Amino acid sequence: MVLLASSRREVGARSFPWLIYILVPLLALGLQSLVSLHFPSFDLIDLPLLITIYYGISRREPITATLVGALIGIAQDALTHNPLGVFGISKAVVGYMAASLGVRVDTENHGTRLLLTFGFTLAQTGILFLLERHMLGQPFAWHGIHEVVRALANALLGVVLFALLDLSRSREG
Amino acid sequence: MESFYSRYRNALVLITVLMVQVVGLAVQVRRPGPNPSDKGSVRLIRSWVVGLVSPPERLLRSSGHGFRSMWMNYVDLIHVRQHNRDLKSQLDHLRLEEESLAEDARQGQRLQALLGFQEKYIYKTVAAQVIGTSGTEQSKVLLIDKGSRDGLKPDMPVITPDGIVGKTRDVFGHTAQVLEISDPTSGAGVILEKTRIRGVLRGDSWGHPEIVNISPDERIQKGDTVVTSGGDAIYPRGLAVGSVQKVVPDPDGTLVNVMIKPAADLARLEEVLIITSTGSVMPAQMQDDLSQAAEAEQKASDVLAERLPSRVDPNAASGQPQDTSSLRAPPPPQALHPDRFSPSDSEPATDMVPGQRLAPAEASASVSPPSPQTAPPPDERPAAAAPLKPKPSAARPLARSVPLRTQQANPPTAKNPSTDQPRTHEPARPPAGEGTPPSTPPNPQGGA
Repeated sequence: MVLLASSRREVGARSFPWLIYILVPLLALGLQSLVSLHFPSFDLIDLPLLITIYYGISRREPITATLVGALIGIAQDALTHNPLGVFGISKAVVGYMAASLGVRVDTENHGTRLLLTFGFTLAQTGILFLLERHMLGQPFAWHGIHEVVRALANALLGVVLFALLDLSRSREG
Repeated sequence: MESFYSRYRNALVLITVLMVQVVGLAVQVRRPGPNPSDKGSVRLIRSWVVGLVSPPERLLRSSGHGFRSMWMNYVDLIHVRQHNRDLKSQLDHLRLEEESLAEDARQGQRLQALLGFQEKYIYKTVAAQVIGTSGTEQSKVLLIDKGSRDGLKPDMPVITPDGIVGKTRDVFGHTAQVLEISDPTSGAGVILEKTRIRGVLRGDSWGHPEIVNISPDERIQKGDTVVTSGGDAIYPRGLAVGSVQKVVPDPDGTLVNVMIKPAADLARLEEVLIITSTGSVMPAQMQDDLSQAAEAEQKASDVLAERLPSRVDPNAASGQPQDTSSLRAPPPPQALHPDRFSPSDSEPATDMVPGQRLAPAEASASVSPPSPQTAPPPDERPAAAAPLKPKPSAARPLARSVPLRTQQANPPTAKNPSTDQPRTHEPARPPAGEGTPPSTPPNPQGGA
């Protein structure tokens, strides 16, 4: 029961300066696009997904997290050749789940964050698989080991990134 | 109602957001047209996002380029002289290659003109810098810093000097998206240069380009060159695509997929060229290059001719006919052990009479294995054969043909002991494996 939220401090929602809500996703999108150009293996990482998860588990407001996830996902779609909405749907679902779980578990724990990010990364890939393969009819192969490695890499980076983003937030009552 | 909404507010918002996006997806994929670029509001959203993301990328790119340029131009100048020497020698080598290829190019043009082929020449290209990618594994898309204001349009081929990269997809004002050939939704008509097998190139699920669904062929070897076929009406014919890496069976059937190693390094692209204009007439620059190459080739042949030894008197007055008797080939040296093939022992061919060659040939027959029915007696040898003493090995072809002719000219009659009927002698068959088949008609003129 270590992972469950047991005190008011743990379930207290965090707020961020409004500029952070705009700049951080844009920065994540830009870095994702630029770093992948020089380091092709970096496309294992999904920075916009990590930002979505972080906002979800920090704000703990499912509606806000859903909208933020949808907007970040649509912006990510705009950089690809996919129809707008593929990443939008998947990140909206992930944001909603992250906010819903954030109320119930202790999201300040690094281990919890690691597990949540690992699970949400796999969940997003599953949603993408369903959307692209079965709804849009586009080629999308599921490589099991590769997806696990990807989820693990995102989880490890997420722990570090979340700790950095914690510095920018202000606590609400 | 109010309690229902307040109780399930979160789920309702989620469902609403998802439904809106699903409907949006359905609208976007409803009618795929020939032009893959987006229309209307979707294109507007893409343009906004690209417009927000690309300026910082452009800034980072230019600042990095400036720093690297400063480092390369002012600091890191070690080995520049050696590099310059290497480049000069490479340039000389390429000039020689160009001279040899120019003639092939002209010949190819003539043949294409004869056959009515429509060759596409590259008229104009726009250089662009790659400033970003899509950042996802599912989408192999590049972002370049040139757009519609630079003359770019959707479906223009994007290349590097090494090979093709992809084609433009969505083109905005100052930026454009390039769909790489390694994307699973891309497609390019290609042909294997050696075997002339055509196919469609696209990316697999790992982002490796491959030629899909072609018939198995043992002639496809690793390292074979793949070029564009021009059949897709996007890429001009003959651009380098890559080389064959391996052939893998198609999981869906009996066909195979050919994995390709791209000629252009798709993982490290910095500058690309967008072909904005093509035509069927060779551009003036290329014609100039070909004519210069032809002149250089002519000069090279002149220089070669001057260096070679010549029997023409260089001091002779030009325009006057020279005595060509001095240009005759010198007589052959005298043979130490003359035989019948030695020029000094045989008459000139112009003095020969058809029939005179029989004499030495018949003489040679005496050294062939005698046949009891065909070999003439030694006293019937003509006198002309006396000076000739051919070696058995050298006389073997003639030794076969001469008895045949002799026998057919004067067919001796003999009786078949079994039928007691006169019969004509069959020609003596040569030993097995010695050549002339029995059905070969004899030459009455005595030719072997």
